[in-house]
Amino acid sequence: MNLHSAYSFISKNREATFGFAIVAVYLILGLVVALADIANIRITPYDPLQQNVGSSLGAPSTAHLFGTDFLGRDVFSRVIVSVPNDLVVSFCVVALAICVGASIGAVAAFKGGLFDELLMRFTDVIFSLPALVIAMVIAVALGPGLTHMMIALMVIWWPPYARVARGEALRVSHQNYIEAAKFAGQRTAKIIFKHVLPNISITMLVYATLDVATVVLTYAGLSYLGLSVRPPLPDLGEMISTSQDYLIIAPWLPVIPGIVIAVLVIGFSLLGDGIRDALEAS
Amino acid sequence: MATDSEVILRTEELTKYFPIRRGLNPFSRHHDAFVRAVDGVSLGIPKGRTVAVVGESGCGKTTLARTIALLTPPTGGHIYFDEKEITNGKMSKAELYKNMQMVFQDPESSLDPRMRVGESIGEPLQGLMQWKKDVVQDAVERSLKAVGLSAEFASRLPKQLSGGQKQRVAIARAIAPQPKLLILDEPTSALDASVQAQILRLLLELQREFDLSYMLITHNIAVAQYMSDMMAVMYAGNVVERGPIKTVITKPRHPYTIALIASAPIADPKRRNLLQTEIRGEVASAINPPSGCRFNPRCPYADSICSIENPPLREISPNHFVACHFAEKTA
Amino acid sequence: MDTLLSIQNLTVVYDTASKRVIAVDDVNVELKQDEFLAVVGESGCGKSTLGLSVIGLLPKPGARVSAGSIKYKDTDLLKLGSNKIREFRGTEIAMIFQEPLTSLSPVYRVEEQIAEAILVREMRKKGKKVTSDVMQTTYRNDSAPVSVTRIPRLKRRSIPGELRGEVIEYLKLVRIADPEQVLDRYPFELSGGMIQRVMIAMALSQEPALLIADEPTTALDVTTQAQVLKLMKELIKKVRTSILLVTHDLAVASQVADRVIVMYAGEIAEDADVLSLFSKPLHPYTNGLLSCIPSGYKDESELNPIAGALPDLSVRSIGCKFAPRCPRAMQVCSTHRPSLTSLEKNHKVSCFLYGN
Repeated sequence: MNLHSAYSFISKNREATFGFAIVAVYLILGLVVALADIANIRITPYDPLQQNVGSSLGAPSTAHLFGTDFLGRDVFSRVIVSVPNDLVVSFCVVALAICVGASIGAVAAFKGGLFDELLMRFTDVIFSLPALVIAMVIAVALGPGLTHMMIALMVIWWPPYARVARGEALRVSHQNYIEAAKFAGQRTAKIIFKHVLPNISITMLVYATLDVATVVLTYAGLSYLGLSVRPPLPDLGEMISTSQDYLIIAPWLPVIPGIVIAVLVIGFSLLGDGIRDALEAS
Repeated sequence: MATDSEVILRTEELTKYFPIRRGLNPFSRHHDAFVRAVDGVSLGIPKGRTVAVVGESGCGKTTLARTIALLTPPTGGHIYFDEKEITNGKMSKAELYKNMQMVFQDPESSLDPRMRVGESIGEPLQGLMQWKKDVVQDAVERSLKAVGLSAEFASRLPKQLSGGQKQRVAIARAIAPQPKLLILDEPTSALDASVQAQILRLLLELQREFDLSYMLITHNIAVAQYMSDMMAVMYAGNVVERGPIKTVITKPRHPYTIALIASAPIADPKRRNLLQTEIRGEVASAINPPSGCRFNPRCPYADSICSIENPPLREISPNHFVACHFAEKTA
Repeated sequence: MDTLLSIQNLTVVYDTASKRVIAVDDVNVELKQDEFLAVVGESGCGKSTLGLSVIGLLPKPGARVSAGSIKYKDTDLLKLGSNKIREFRGTEIAMIFQEPLTSLSPVYRVEEQIAEAILVREMRKKGKKVTSDVMQTTYRNDSAPVSVTRIPRLKRRSIPGELRGEVIEYLKLVRIADPEQVLDRYPFELSGGMIQRVMIAMALSQEPALLIADEPTTALDVTTQAQVLKLMKELIKKVRTSILLVTHDLAVASQVADRVIVMYAGEIAEDADVLSLFSKPLHPYTNGLLSCIPSGYKDESELNPIAGALPDLSVRSIGCKFAPRCPRAMQVCSTHRPSLTSLEKNHKVSCFLYGN
């Protein structure tokens, strides 16, 4: 199953295409925002930090598509600028989780015995750490912020990947071509790298695409708790928490960032399902 | 067997036991029981010849092959390759595998699905001999040609090949480093009749062309007969009979061998041998084998001595060895 | 001897997302009472599909019968709804499969599984509907109803003496030594050969007229295979069950069958009684198969493998499907399809070498 056939399969599946479209929109948006940031160009209709208390709590209108918040800042601009945060965090966390998880799982499965026990018990210990508590500990130790929250999530996100990798690697290790590699004089490390990891990569990828949505949601939660980007810088979760008091009088303030997160999560979920179906069908 | 200097591989009282741990402690050294998969096997493979190791499931023939190939360390005994001991750790595995290669039973799992055929065949050349890319490529093409596949197969992926073609590629990979001995572990069991015939013929041609020695593991007597010069019959970890193939098949003396050969279906409705055989019971457990001769509970000739003493192999006619107290009676 | 099973013009196709594979192509088979028929061929020839379609067990989305009829004692099985088929399945027509380990339920003991089969038979005899959750029926003369439920309980279920007795009889019928011991075992405690024998016992407890066996001994050791085959042959005589054996092994067929059908790429190449087939094989494919069987010693015998490979079954072929590989192919073979014709009594062949 290569990219081309995966693409054609996904395009036949309506939900997967929908998910793909959503994710694509977010990705392009995120990319554009990031590039604009580097080039120091402002692409949003308003400066996200620009306060204008006079026109605060304005409902969505033609001038302000998503309305204004309690300090008169344009919500639309703030939302656009926050999108890269979620994307960056989710991709980095998942990427690291795949690397660390696959390595640990593959080595544990291949070597077996004591190695397997030690590595898997270590995995279990990390698995038992609650995301929230670790995030708070890091927030206390290093201070809040996007990078710090990303680190917090990276620390605890990989154990399920290690489990999945170990399961797959066990299956692969019993295949004859692994024994043939031993007959070919390959050393253990080389066999793991050349034969085991590539053959577990598809399963890892499927798991990851289904998992990305969860990272987005978890990060949004941390941001809601104020552990990530601090005001006045915008971040979707944080925007919800600071405006929740205005739920009655200005419902668009907490609801719109929530919808933006939800749509991204749905997009990833649909896309992930589509990829999994495509790979399973092959 | 032939005189020593003409033997490519020799084992001396080779044993392989697998410990079974009862209980939860992963570090406990105390073992309640052992699976005696290979229990004192001594046999030799003459140069340029094929020795078939025949038996049913659980007899230990696959474990024997894997232990000889040092894929798993022996529990006891010695293995000599071309009269050099390989069990004392003095020969490196790379050194050994330049001369000894293996073809596996299941062609589907023999090739890495993500590697092209040429890469798979070249892997032992690159790993064992450290040859450069262009040298490897030439050798890969020659290997493919030797097994009857055109050079363009090198760029194909395993999923584009049929079962028979995959097995040919596996053979090409095994002969690429120009080994002296090939261990064939049920090389055609997973293949259809017509493909099986093609592969068996190929293996015979390769043996003639490259003067290869074969250790053929199989449960199929007809295949053993067609391919081999000598046959060793295994039951519950022991070799119970061995000798020249014609002798063992036409004049079997161990009761198990007699039953085994009688059970092999012959494609001739006028000779319905199957309906005459009578063999009781189930194959012996390798964990708790019967005391004395492993076959005694099922043996029609068994007597009291059979449950006390496990008979050693003894020569009852030139080169024909049988492990039975009553071998004279079974003729 | 009457005809028990008559398959006429049967065509079965497998529909996948990308293509349609014709697994069985316009096949005619007849099985008589008390006959042991072997259907032989390599993988992909359609023999398993043939066996499964008789008993209505083709994989649901995917395979379907696109033409033909399967008449069992004058009833066309294909015209029956799935409920009606179930009445035949397991009673008149029983089946045993290749993989012993997955044939029995792992959570019930042997005694319970065979008892369940017997109870089903009793319920059918009494005209009761067999439902899937709880089966309760009065077994023979016992006044208290016996039930075998699907909810496992920790306590040993008690099965009344008479029923137990019949279970033991069947175990003895399949030559299981110590049947009382085997009753209490779970399938994972038994060897492959034992499980196959339990399967045969279960199938026979239904007193079927026809037993379909799909590669029943392929996964077994050679000595166990000999035992099971010998048993099947004896049973035909003892309980008057006809057997349809599907196998890839011609040698096995030669040992036990009365008649052999050779299939290739969904079609019947040759249909003959066992002595004629082996002494005078007519179809070039049969000849090829026979010369593929290793016999004779090294350096003394020749193996002549059939050149080429199986054709692509998703492509509708024009001529004879074996023509591309046939050493005696003629012009007409690539343009016309041969049909199965009788050459002598009990010997049919589908090949232009013999006219038609």
